Amino acid sequence: MAAPSTSPSLPPALADAVRDDASLRRFLHGLPGVDQVGVEQRAAGLGTRSIKKASKQWAIDTAISMVDLTTLEGADTHGKVRSLAAKARRPDPDHPDVPRVAAVCVYPDMVETAVEELRGTGIDIASVATAFPSGRSSLKVKLEDTAYAVDAGATEIDMVIDRGAFLSGRYGQVFDEIVQVKHACGDAHLKVILETGELATYDNVRRASWLGLLAGGDFIKTSTGKVSPAATLPVTHVMLQAVRDWHTQTGELRGVKPAGGIRTTKDAIKYLVAVHEVAGPEWLTPTLFRFGASTLLNDLLMQRRTQLAGHYSGPDYVTVD
Amino acid sequence: MSENRIAVTKTYKLYIGGAFPRSESGRSYPVVDANGGFLANAAQGSRKDARDAVAAARKAFAGWSGATAYNRGQVLFRVAEVLEGRREQFAAEVAACEGVPAKKAQSLVDAAIDRWVWYAGWTDKVATVLGASNPVAGPYFSFSVPEPTGVVAVLAPQESSLLGLISVVAPVIATGNTAVVVTSQDRPLPAVTLSEVLATSDLPGGVVNVLTGRTAEIAPWLASHADVNALDLTGAPESARADLERAAAGTVKRVLRARPAEDFTGEPGLARLRAFLETKTVWHPIGV
Amino acid sequence: MWEYAPAPESRDIANLKPNYRMFIDGQFVEGAGDPLKTVNPGTEEVLAEVSTAGQADVDKAVKAARRAYERVWGRMPGAERAKYIFRIARLIQERARELAVLESLDNGKPIKESRDVDVPTAAAHFFYHAGWADKLGYAGYGPDPRPLGVVGQVIPWNFPLLMAAWKIAPALATGNTVVIKPAETTPLTALVLAEIIQQADLPPGVVNILAGAGDVGAAVVSHPDVDKVAFTGSTEVGKIIQRQLAGTGRRLTLELGGKAANIVFDDAPLDQAVEGIVNGIFFNQGHVCCAGSRLLVQESVADELLEKLHVRVSTLRVGDPLDKNTDVGAINSREQLTKIQELVESGDAEGAERWTSACPLPDKGFYFAPTVFSNVSQAMRIAREEIFGPVLSVLTFRTPDEAVAKANNTPYGLSAGIWTEKGSRILWAAQKMRAGVVWANTFNRFDPTAPFGGYQESGFGREGGRTGLEAYLDV
Repeated sequence: MAAPSTSPSLPPALADAVRDDASLRRFLHGLPGVDQVGVEQRAAGLGTRSIKKASKQWAIDTAISMVDLTTLEGADTHGKVRSLAAKARRPDPDHPDVPRVAAVCVYPDMVETAVEELRGTGIDIASVATAFPSGRSSLKVKLEDTAYAVDAGATEIDMVIDRGAFLSGRYGQVFDEIVQVKHACGDAHLKVILETGELATYDNVRRASWLGLLAGGDFIKTSTGKVSPAATLPVTHVMLQAVRDWHTQTGELRGVKPAGGIRTTKDAIKYLVAVHEVAGPEWLTPTLFRFGASTLLNDLLMQRRTQLAGHYSGPDYVTVD
Repeated sequence: MSENRIAVTKTYKLYIGGAFPRSESGRSYPVVDANGGFLANAAQGSRKDARDAVAAARKAFAGWSGATAYNRGQVLFRVAEVLEGRREQFAAEVAACEGVPAKKAQSLVDAAIDRWVWYAGWTDKVATVLGASNPVAGPYFSFSVPEPTGVVAVLAPQESSLLGLISVVAPVIATGNTAVVVTSQDRPLPAVTLSEVLATSDLPGGVVNVLTGRTAEIAPWLASHADVNALDLTGAPESARADLERAAAGTVKRVLRARPAEDFTGEPGLARLRAFLETKTVWHPIGV
Repeated sequence: MWEYAPAPESRDIANLKPNYRMFIDGQFVEGAGDPLKTVNPGTEEVLAEVSTAGQADVDKAVKAARRAYERVWGRMPGAERAKYIFRIARLIQERARELAVLESLDNGKPIKESRDVDVPTAAAHFFYHAGWADKLGYAGYGPDPRPLGVVGQVIPWNFPLLMAAWKIAPALATGNTVVIKPAETTPLTALVLAEIIQQADLPPGVVNILAGAGDVGAAVVSHPDVDKVAFTGSTEVGKIIQRQLAGTGRRLTLELGGKAANIVFDDAPLDQAVEGIVNGIFFNQGHVCCAGSRLLVQESVADELLEKLHVRVSTLRVGDPLDKNTDVGAINSREQLTKIQELVESGDAEGAERWTSACPLPDKGFYFAPTVFSNVSQAMRIAREEIFGPVLSVLTFRTPDEAVAKANNTPYGLSAGIWTEKGSRILWAAQKMRAGVVWANTFNRFDPTAPFGGYQESGFGREGGRTGLEAYLDV
C-alpha cells in the first residue's frame, strides 16, 4: 500500500490507520456504525426547516455559487459544452448580479472546449476521469484518463472509486488508486466519487468517506449521477459527519459534493441546512460544498426571480443551456 | 410396636430464605382446631421477621425471575409431586384447621394440588398470552413482554388454609416474583407444612417466605416496606384494608384488593397472574 | 453567517377566543369556580379566560357521565361506539393545524412538535382504539369484558391534547364514560377537543371536560360516583390519589414521573446516539416523564461523545414556539422555570460541571437554555430528582453491570435507553432494565399499539395496545 502523499501530518491514530492493509481494515471497521433509521430521521427532521425571506435569498445565491454545472452525456458536443459554459458565466442574463457557478463538469475530451470558454472567469473546470462512471478499467487507463483531463486544463478531477474492490473488502487497493490518481492530478483538486447508490449501507458510506479522506481526496462526492439512487440527504449527512470528524481530528477542512437528483431549490436548501447544522457554518462555501447538477440551476434562478419580483416566475424566463 | 406410642409432635416455625427459624421475637401462639382444641404452637412472626423475609425475597428475585420459564415450570411441578406425597398430612391439617369432614378436606387438598399444577404449567405460556409484537407506525420492531413485579407481600386468605393459600401464592411465583406470605392467622398449619414441601423441592430458598402470626401486626410493616413492590390484600382484616392501601401508596405499590368471599374452588382465570406483572415494551429500529 | 429568518406559523390559525367554557352533558357551560387566565409561556401574554369548575359542576359532570353510561354508552353495541370514535379521529386530523397552533400557544412547545407529534399521535390513538370497540371479546379478557362505568381522568400540561387522547380513547372504546380535567396551565386544546366531540355528535354526557386547578382534579378523583381514576402527573400527586382511593374499591391507574437512564456503550452508533440523547432530553423542553435525563456513557467514549453532544446541542434553536425552526420552545410556566433553576443551582452547589448552550434566548417568556451537567454522581439531586426541563445529567460507567446498576438505582422505572451495535447486549440490557419502556438505538417513540407505563414509583397500569384496555375493563 502506498503512503498518502497529501496529508503528511496526520495525527498518529490516522497515520497508523494507513500503515498497511490490515490496519486500514481495522480502522474502517472500527468506525462507529450508522443507524439507518436514526440518520434518516435526522435528515427528514432537518428537512422541515423553513427558510424564508432574506435567509432564502442568501441560500439561493449561495447554492448557485456552489453548482458544478454538469453535462455528462454520450451525446455531448463542443456546441453543448460552449452553451453550458455561457450559462455558467452568466446564469441569468437579465440579472447580472447573479453569482457565477463554481465549476462546469464535463468528460475529459470536452475539457479543452470548456477551458477556452471559461478563461479568465474564475470558474473551475472539473472533469470526470478514471473510466467514469463504472471505473472498470486498469489503473493505467485510469491514470492516463486523469492525466489527459489535467493536461487539457481541468482544475478539478472527479474520480470514481473501485466499488467492486471496496465491496469485496480490498480497501488497500481502493486507497492506492486514490493516492495515485491524486498524484496524477498535480495541482488539480480531487473529488472522490463513492457512488453511494452501489455501496448499499450507510456503514459503507462512512467507511468509503474515511477511505477517500485518508487517501487525500479534497472532496468526497456521493454519485456519478448514472446510478440510482444518486445523492440523498441522509447519505450526505453521513458524509458531512465524516468531514466534520476529519476536521476535529486533523484540523483540515475537506469538502462534500452531492451529485445527481437534486433538481429543486427546496431540495438544495435542505442540503444547505444539513451543511450548516451537521458539518457547520464554515462549510457553507463553494470551496467546501458543491452541488453536482444541471437542471437545479434553472430552478434556483426561477426562485431567485420569484423572491425578487414577488410573483412566481416561469421556465420561459430563464435560459436553457 | 406399642399401641400407645407417644407421637413426636412438630414445631411449627417460620420459613425465611430457605431456613426454618423461630420468630426472632421468641414469641409463639397457640393454634386450635375448629372446636377450640389445642393443635400446636405456631411462631408469632414480628416486624423484624417480616424485614428478614423481605430481604430474603429480594435476594432470591434476580435468580428466580432470571431462570427460564421452563425451569420455573419444572421446579413448580416438582413441588406438586412432593405435595402429592403429603396428601394425608395436608388433609388431616386442613380438616383440623377448617373443621371440615375428612372427605371434604381431602377434596380441598386435591384441588389445591391440581391448582398448583395448573399454575406450574403457566410459567412458559404467560409471555405468549400476555405479550405482544406491537405493529407500530414506523420502521421499528416493538414488542411487549410481561415481567414480574418483584417482591410481593401476600396476605393469605384467613379461611381457606391450603387451597386459598396455594391459589394466591402459586400465581405470584409462577411469573417470577418472589413472595413474603403471611398465613391465615388462625389456620396456619397447612402453610407451615407447605413450607416444608417447598424446602424439600427444588424451589430456591427465599422465593417463598412464610410468616405465621398476627396478620394485623405484620401486614402494616409489609405494606409500608419500601423494598416490597406489591401487596395482595386477600387475607387482610377488613378493618385494616384501607390503612394498608394507604401505606402501600407510599412507594406506589401495586395492590390486589380483597374480593368479598372469594371462592377458591372455581376456575381461577388470569387475574392473579396479571396482578403482579409489569409490561415492558422494547423498541428497536429496523434498518440495514 | 446564515441566520434563518423567522418563520412563524400564524397564530390566527388557532382561532383563539377570548373565553373558553367547560363541556358538561353535551353543552358548553360556565362553571362556578373563579375563571382562570391561561398564559402563552412564549410571551407571558394572557391568551384567554377559561371558566373553571366548582364542586357542583364536578357533581353535574359525574352525574351526566353516569346517566350517559347507563342509558346510552354502556349498552351501545361496540360497532356503534367505534364509529363515533372514528369520527373524533377524523375531526382531529381535519383540524390538525388549528390544534397544533393552539397547543403551541398554550403550552409553549415548538410548532414542529405539536404539528408532527402531538396532534397526529392524538388522532392515531382515537383511530386505534375505535377499532377495539367491537373486538373486545378477542382481547384476551374473556368473551364479553364489561366496562367499569364512569371514569375520572386528570392529565398534565406537557402533552395536553395527546394525553387527553391517551385517556379518552381507550375509555370510550371499552364503553366507559368520561369526566376529564386538563391541566390548569393548558386547558385550551382539550376544550377544542370538546367542540370536536360535539361535532362528532357523541351522546351528551359521554365525555365531560372540566377546567381548573388541582382542587378540581382532587374533586374528580375523589368523587364517590367515579368508578375508576386514571391520572398522569407527578409521583407526589399520584401517591396522594392512591391514598385517597385506598379502601374505596375504586380502580386506579397511574402514570407518574421518571428519571430515565440513557446508556451509551462504547460501540454505539455515536452520531445517532447523540441525536437520541438530544431527542431524549430536549424534546418538548424536557417536559417529558420518560425523558432520558440521566446519560450514562461508557468511559472509553465519554470525551468524544460529550464533545459531539456539545456541538450538537449548540445548534438547537431556542425561542418562539410558533417559529417552524424552533427546536426548543418555552418552559410551560414560571413556576416550572423556577423549579428548573432551583435544581440547576443544586447541581452547581453539589459540584457538577455545568455547560450551557450559548444560544440566544428571547427577552420575554419563560425560556431555559439547554444545559448539560457532567461529572455528575448518583448522589446528586440532579441525578435523582425529576427536573422536567432541558437539563441533562451525565454520568459514566466502566462495565455493562455497572451501567445497569446505576440505571436501576432509582425509585422510578418509566423508561430507559440503550445504545450499542451489539444485538445480544441490547437484549441483555433491555431485560435488565427495571423500566416499562426500553428504547434501543432510538428514544422517545410512542405509538397507540405499544403499551406505555412504568415500574415502581413511575406508576402502574399501561396505556396503549391490548394491555392498555385492561385499565378500563372490569376484569
